[in-house]
Amino acid sequence: MQQFWEFFSFADANIRYVTLGSVLLAGSSAVVGCFTLLRKRALVGDAVAHSVLPGVCLAFILSGTKNPLILLLGAFITGWISLIVIDYITSRSRIKEDTAIGLVLSVFFGIGILLLTSIQHSGNAAQSGLDKFLFGKAASLVGEDLIVFGIVAVLLLFTTILFYKELMLLCFDQAFARTIGFPVRALELLLTTLTVLAVVVGIQAVGVVLMAAMLITPAAAARFWTENLKVMLVLAALMGAFSGITGAFVSYTAPAMPTGPWIVLIISMIAILSFAFAPKRGWVARLMRQRRNRALILEENLLKLLFQLGELKQDFETSRSLSDLLERRSIPKRQAIHGLKKLKQQGYVKKKKKRWILTIEGEKRGRRVVRLHRLWELYLTQYLHLASDHVHEDAETIEHIITPELEKRLMEELNYPELDPHSARIP
Amino acid sequence: MNAFWIILTGSLVATCCSLLGCYLILRRMAMVGDAISHAVLPGIVIAFLVTGSRDSMPMLIGAGLLGVITTFLIEFFHRYARVQADASIGVTFTWLFAIGIILISVFAGQVDLDQDCVLYGEIAYVPLDLWITEGNLNYGPRTVWTLGFVTLLIILFITIGYKELFLTTFDPAFAAAIGFSTSLWYYLLMTAVSLTTVASFESVGAILVVAFLVAPPATAYLLTDNFKVMLILSVMLGILASAAGYFLAVWMDGSIAGAIATVAGIEFTLVFLFSPTKGQLLRRRQVAPARQPEEALA
Amino acid sequence: MIVQVDNPVVEVHDLTVSYDRKPVLWDIDLTLPAGALVGVIGPNGAGKSTLIKAMMDLLPTSSGYVRIFNEPIKQVHKRISYVPQRESVDWDFPASVFDVVLMGRYGNLGLFRGPRKADKDAAMEALEKVNMQSFANRQISQLSGGQQQRVFLARALAQNADVYFMDEPFAGVDIATETAIIELLRQMRAQGKTVIVVHHDLQSAADYFDWVVLLNMRLVASGPTEKVLTQELLEQTYGGKLTVLSKVGDLLRKQEFPARETKV
Repeated sequence: MQQFWEFFSFADANIRYVTLGSVLLAGSSAVVGCFTLLRKRALVGDAVAHSVLPGVCLAFILSGTKNPLILLLGAFITGWISLIVIDYITSRSRIKEDTAIGLVLSVFFGIGILLLTSIQHSGNAAQSGLDKFLFGKAASLVGEDLIVFGIVAVLLLFTTILFYKELMLLCFDQAFARTIGFPVRALELLLTTLTVLAVVVGIQAVGVVLMAAMLITPAAAARFWTENLKVMLVLAALMGAFSGITGAFVSYTAPAMPTGPWIVLIISMIAILSFAFAPKRGWVARLMRQRRNRALILEENLLKLLFQLGELKQDFETSRSLSDLLERRSIPKRQAIHGLKKLKQQGYVKKKKKRWILTIEGEKRGRRVVRLHRLWELYLTQYLHLASDHVHEDAETIEHIITPELEKRLMEELNYPELDPHSARIP
Repeated sequence: MNAFWIILTGSLVATCCSLLGCYLILRRMAMVGDAISHAVLPGIVIAFLVTGSRDSMPMLIGAGLLGVITTFLIEFFHRYARVQADASIGVTFTWLFAIGIILISVFAGQVDLDQDCVLYGEIAYVPLDLWITEGNLNYGPRTVWTLGFVTLLIILFITIGYKELFLTTFDPAFAAAIGFSTSLWYYLLMTAVSLTTVASFESVGAILVVAFLVAPPATAYLLTDNFKVMLILSVMLGILASAAGYFLAVWMDGSIAGAIATVAGIEFTLVFLFSPTKGQLLRRRQVAPARQPEEALA
Repeated sequence: MIVQVDNPVVEVHDLTVSYDRKPVLWDIDLTLPAGALVGVIGPNGAGKSTLIKAMMDLLPTSSGYVRIFNEPIKQVHKRISYVPQRESVDWDFPASVFDVVLMGRYGNLGLFRGPRKADKDAAMEALEKVNMQSFANRQISQLSGGQQQRVFLARALAQNADVYFMDEPFAGVDIATETAIIELLRQMRAQGKTVIVVHHDLQSAADYFDWVVLLNMRLVASGPTEKVLTQELLEQTYGGKLTVLSKVGDLLRKQEFPARETKV
């Protein structure tokens, strides 16, 4: 706990830098990730991330130093090459994209590992710390590294904002972008460059192995909360930044711990919670909607039953017992009681001596359901040429969903009918 | 002798991975293979913590199960939570892999696994872990036996289910129409992939398994138009890469698994450029679709 | 104009098929006679392929059922064959023409068993019927569109089924292949097989089929060709979608409403 306060008071300048760095790195890759996700090329980021490893190692071998600029340049070059190779393989042979991605990813990474282990065994003292590029180490973001990586991250964010409109169109409708004269090819190159840059700066904090998550996961999570791209970018950046802070904290409190997995774990939990609980698009929201539908169907069916009983006997004043209702239609008893109670709360039915009767509003609503049922049956026989004994089941559902506008439309198309296909009056 | 055991281990890994990889790349599921190979990690660590040993049956089964659960999860996110298909793969495997790495770091003391092993395996140590019976009989490295067993299982699987796998891979709709269960064979295949990645994990790590799964089949795919030949060729290419990779690693004093992946990549590059029928440089004019003897039909 | 027949080969009862809860086919009710060449006709997006896929139980249905020879599909897989759309498979697949045709025999083999000599004979015979015997060892990646279609047809023939479902077999093939295919279909009819063909060309439909199903999200007509291919019915089919129907479909999807109360 004490460490927690120590860290989050940001009293130590070092902590401030590390946090700022992590936030920038995670946030900028999340923003770029949104575009790659929307272009349906999320997994390409994975290939790039793995492919920067040989670049880092080669840059080190050739230069003999761990100058961040040089390592960054090496990473950038091999990351770029990997994308070109994927495109070249898929366009020039019958190898499909997923295979090309898997191939490039694993082979480049294999080369990287071979070089890295070779360097490690060479006894070169300067090499220690290269392996932090594998799983990331936020706390090592200090001094020169921080300045270089930070500048690149800011540049990245700035470019994205500058080309926002163009990138959006590229992701949304490439063909259209081309017809209105956008330089689509150049924009693709721009997005590719941004992706590679995002990976290159992100690896310091997250590492090459899990870098793909920083591109994909915040974007996928943010997608669940909004339909607006701008909002999505901001949300993704915030989620990425939050996980970045966590990574910095872990790196500070447990120096032996690699930070990448923690950052990824946090962002994944955010994403999974989003998949489950986001309003509207989330899984639970959809389950709830289905539950509400079930409740609606039950209630309207009960109203319909009461109305039909009244219609049958030409008498809406008498109350009906539960068994009267269940005789006409088999509804599980407990459900029926529950539904009736709810209708009573809403003021659609009244209860008199264990018997039920429709209120005026209830009668109105019951009548509407019956009416829609019969209208739909008529529509099916007239427009879909269904036999009259085949239409009931379909109408049982549709009666619950027709809106007043559609109802009007139906009336017009059916020419204000009086009778349904079974010659029952349409109330 | 060590060289022999190492190359044999590499060859066994290459054999089962290449065989299954042929199906994966033709089904356009190479990245699902990648996802499974990452996602079995937490299963391996947990099995390790529970049983306290490396190559035991429970580990194969437990971690293999997690691989199948991964495919379920990917399906679930995609179908029920409506996550875009590629994102669903990306989120699932990075998440599970991160959990695995964290478990390893937290239980560093109890688990005889480290991050390096996860990345590129410890094929060099295979000859050290010998299976010696109470009667002091030396049966050779334990890993070789496990891998041999899994390889046999895989060969048996694709022999028995040859026509089912072939048909459901080529034309799932037709397969379903004549009464084959496409999802049954899909999940059997995924189980086989999981089992293979778990068995190979110790030797080549979680990431380089993908090189074995994808590179030799992709290379073979550029060399032949016959599926059986593709299966055999990819196994041969895999074995060749294992042998050549070993010597490359010795020469460079680096990771053997990394070197094998490098050689597999070189094989692919050479074939991609010089394949007699499909190479970029030596490509003969493709046999043009011959004119049909249409007259005879009229 | 919906003609129902006695002792139908295919009986579709109250079938609704939805994608993402939005029905693409509404309440299809039809029966098809034995030994007929049936054309399924309608505009793009009318649900033609969906209908035959649902008939073979390849898609989940929202309501209704299908009987073939008065049995559920699961019992009669061996008597059904299917010619999918040509584009539905990857023609770069490493297989020879003969390999693909032999797949038609797989359904009868059971686990463990590979194709026997008799199966190979049957496959070769099927190839001869489509006049592709000289291509048996050719790789499928080297075939032209018409040849691909013939290979698919040969695969179905090799199966020796009783009901054939074909999805756009005439799409993108040369005239010679089209003539050859229709000739084959007529021979099959003569042998008492039932062939159900998704077709998009109205011109040739009257000539090819003796039973026509007109479809546009709902069944417009089903009956003998001369009774169904009338100006009025065609106008109904091609005269655009029913607005109310599409709107209700959209509502079902948006509200995530079940297509049937019992299937919540």
